[in-house]
Amino acid sequence: MSALLDPTSERATQTRSLSPRIPDLTTGTVALLDISKPRGDVFIKRLDELFSQRGVSVRHYRKPTFSKPAPLDLRQRIAAECTAVVEALAD
Amino acid sequence: MSNPASASLPVTDGLLVVVKDDCETCHLTIPVLEELIRGEETLAVVSQDRADFPPGMEVVHDLELDISWKLSVETTPTIYRIHNGEVVDQQEGWLRSGWERVAAVIDLGVGLPDQRPGCGSDTMLPQIYQRLMRRHSPHRLSSRRVELGSSEDPMEAAFARGWTDGLPVTPPTEERVAGMLQGTALSPDEVVCVLPPDLAECTVEKVAINAVMAGCLPEYLPVVIAAVRAAATSRFNIHGISATTYFTGPVLVVNGPVRRRIGMNSGINALGQGNRANMTIGRAVNLVVRNVGGARPGGVDRAALGSPGKLSFCFPEDEEGSPWESLSVERGFSAGDSTVTLFAGHGPIEIVDQRSRTPESLAKTFAWQLRMLGHPKIVGLSDAIVVVSPEHARVFREAAWSKARLRQEIFSVLTLPSEQLVAGADGVAEGLPPHVAAGKPVIPKFAPDGLWFVHAGGDAGMFSAIISGWIGGAASSQMITMAIDG
Repeated sequence: MSALLDPTSERATQTRSLSPRIPDLTTGTVALLDISKPRGDVFIKRLDELFSQRGVSVRHYRKPTFSKPAPLDLRQRIAAECTAVVEALAD
Repeated sequence: MSNPASASLPVTDGLLVVVKDDCETCHLTIPVLEELIRGEETLAVVSQDRADFPPGMEVVHDLELDISWKLSVETTPTIYRIHNGEVVDQQEGWLRSGWERVAAVIDLGVGLPDQRPGCGSDTMLPQIYQRLMRRHSPHRLSSRRVELGSSEDPMEAAFARGWTDGLPVTPPTEERVAGMLQGTALSPDEVVCVLPPDLAECTVEKVAINAVMAGCLPEYLPVVIAAVRAAATSRFNIHGISATTYFTGPVLVVNGPVRRRIGMNSGINALGQGNRANMTIGRAVNLVVRNVGGARPGGVDRAALGSPGKLSFCFPEDEEGSPWESLSVERGFSAGDSTVTLFAGHGPIEIVDQRSRTPESLAKTFAWQLRMLGHPKIVGLSDAIVVVSPEHARVFREAAWSKARLRQEIFSVLTLPSEQLVAGADGVAEGLPPHVAAGKPVIPKFAPDGLWFVHAGGDAGMFSAIISGWIGGAASSQMITMAIDG
């Protein structure tokens, strides 16, 4: 029997369960995260209108660049200030 | 199996001869061994392949070849003089005068020819050499052993476990990885970097395993290690390069003496296939990013189309034939330094100009082709490397144009009227948002540090090549040049 050396980082995949669904968005704040892609602002603006019509309060956030992961302080700020987040990925 | 650490020489003071049955010269020297046994000195006869050779003689059978390894035997027979457990003199093969010197006797082997070359030691057989190297390595490899079934093909096993880039890999056995590690003085457990996107610790051993799979030779390993180190820097941003929907992957440009030492190709077909070092070094870096960093197509890697260079895109600069200082010198290193430069790019995109004989004309050709990178109306986005071929470089050499002069000429052509660039202009929706163009009559295509020149290619052909970048600048990916150790 032969053996090969594992070329990977040998990390086990971590399984996380989904967060429970939020029954009522009007009791908290929804973060609208613009990742700085072109036309992300169009999408975010429309979401803002739709949430506002339904009495949901929103806060706006923006990643400095779409090409790098969100900075830690931004992620922590969103987690501290909001109950849910919508991220505008698309161009 | 004996413990290799316990392998000691069977004689502390005296003579030792290593022989094997499968060696005519060893057979020839049997009468000499008999003479020496009758002499006053202690003599140990060590046989590599048989416990009963030479017949009727008391021999030490070096079954695991640990004694031969310790002595670094290359040839059988070899006679050694041992003093205080150390070799103080030796003679390979049969050479009467040499044996007489080592044994301090005269008239040895009367009737034998004066000399006869020996045979290769069993320790030098490739597979045995690899096994012994692993057995005697001071390092223990710590990666998980993936045991294969008796009927499992190791190449298929690598595919099945998701380790490959879609091409077959060399199975990373412990022997091969131990051999690869001979290419570096670094310890296998040394951490090279913390590699995005998974932010996994990447050890020298993990780089070596992936370098084996890519098909590297051990002497390429320092280049791969330096490139992986460069890839992991936040300025290079391998996470973004892997995740982007764009075409981009790491492009490696190698400079300095290492290029020639490991036989890289900067000439005909420099950007293409056919040279082992060019192809496998780039491939190894991408395999490390995949297997250790965790960037796999369809996972973190979201490229809409990707590009073939994401398998491997690595070449050396032809410094000797260049009219200019090399890329690494431009990047602040000395000409004698070996470096690898990483650029987030893809390509090549051709520049054809077979008629320009003046630098002004050729520079304009370069500029026109550079304008279309990404989109003719998109500016300030990508950096680029122009790989200037010898026949194009000649035009600049004869006119004594420096890189700076060429860059300046291209920039002057590519400082573009913003009215041509704005979204909607000429009926094309793509382009600069009006608020970006507002108040700026002209806008440059490239950032001041966004255009680089490298000299490479075959002697014939008035073609150069553009390697188009991803998104340049501090917010995305910046070119990184890293010194290669060793």
